[in-house]
Amino acid sequence: MEQLTTQIQEAAKKLFEDNKVDLIIGFEKGSLPLRATPCFIRSAEDTGRLVWNSGCGNNLAAYVPAHNKDRIGIIVKGCDSRSVVGLIKEQQIERDRIVIIGVACTGMIDSKLVEEKLAGREALSAEDGSEAITFKGSGFEEKIKKSDLLDESCKFCKHRNPAVCDIMIGTSVEENKEGDEFLTVTEFEAKSAEERWEYFSQQSQKCIRCYACRNACPLCYCKECCVDSSQPQWFGKSTALSDTQVFHIMRTFHTAGRCVDCGACMRACPMDVDLRFLNKKIDKDVRDLFSFEAGMSLDDAPPLNTFKTDDPQEFIK
Amino acid sequence: MEEQKDTQWQPKIVTFLCNWCSYAGADLAGVSRLQYPPNTRTIRVPCSGRVNPLFILRALENGADGVLVSGCHPGDCHYLSGNYVARRKFAIFSSLLEYLGIEKGRVQYTWVSAAEAGRFADMITQVTEDVRKLGPAKKLVKQKVE
Repeated sequence: MEQLTTQIQEAAKKLFEDNKVDLIIGFEKGSLPLRATPCFIRSAEDTGRLVWNSGCGNNLAAYVPAHNKDRIGIIVKGCDSRSVVGLIKEQQIERDRIVIIGVACTGMIDSKLVEEKLAGREALSAEDGSEAITFKGSGFEEKIKKSDLLDESCKFCKHRNPAVCDIMIGTSVEENKEGDEFLTVTEFEAKSAEERWEYFSQQSQKCIRCYACRNACPLCYCKECCVDSSQPQWFGKSTALSDTQVFHIMRTFHTAGRCVDCGACMRACPMDVDLRFLNKKIDKDVRDLFSFEAGMSLDDAPPLNTFKTDDPQEFIK
Repeated sequence: MEEQKDTQWQPKIVTFLCNWCSYAGADLAGVSRLQYPPNTRTIRVPCSGRVNPLFILRALENGADGVLVSGCHPGDCHYLSGNYVARRKFAIFSSLLEYLGIEKGRVQYTWVSAAEAGRFADMITQVTEDVRKLGPAKKLVKQKVE
């Protein structure tokens, strides 16, 4: 990990020296152990701030549309690179104005799981190994397997290496072939309609409509979101459950053919609403019906922007 | 003669009809004096591609028991590809609604051309019957705050 940090710093420094970028979006050390925070570097002198560790979970592509006046250098994992591809295809940034610095990812840790495992003890430092992470605090030292701390999306991730990148940091890693990434969907589909509705209602009930999921999503870049619009008021704004459910259905629908399962929405959610079972359903349908996987290539058209004359239509009477 | 009061519950169905085909089909059904249940509330749209899934959700939220979206047959779109795009959109949307536990017949989709008055009347009869069997919509209905 330290080696990757050095390589990232060097690559970033070179980009500034060659005058290729105005801004580098990366991670710097956070205030807690293994919590990296997004940072915006504007000069070669500051590139020393950049770090890389297992706490770099955030999807930095979310900051691209707001900075598209600059020539950007961005540090991406597998999922983030696919978000960047999505943004390029949706014309939020021009391809030749963004330098994609790819890092192969072996999974990011979920800070909520770390808190759970440490059970109230405060970690003051952490040693980030490839297999296990050692947390040290006053009077304790605990080694936890990384696989026990992985973010839900990372556990089943099938694209650890960047799909598109200009500069590759380190070497690529072997893709994770085990596990079914749609397990959550197939398990949910096996339940009865009443149970499914009940679960969706329970999850929606927890939602406080803070829209953190939308703000964290790299593909929710609209200057004015339809949820915020008051003239016309597309969405009900009351605390009624149905209003929240309509919001969640539409939020999910808007991810069709775009969601890369980076987990940003769930990481941002303060109420632990399960959004992944919704996103993955759409992802699965888009793949099954239109053989499309989001963010894998710059050339294919977004699935809802195009059509075939023989698209499936069993659902139409 | 004693006045008979209709106490049977009647479903409310919102139909989104494409201006160029299904709406004209409905018109033809009317002038041809074809009989079909009076449970539908028609909303005329320029194209089935204009129907945002949000419209369907809002209809259900605001008291519709069923929704029908009807457009031109594939290949017949006035705007050439509006219904093809709508088809992709609704393929995903209908699957999502079913996944979440909304009954399958609540929201239906069909193609009706301007000449198919008979088909239009049959469709409305069919959809009304389907929704009647499902009973009043309970999921997604906005509850009044007490």
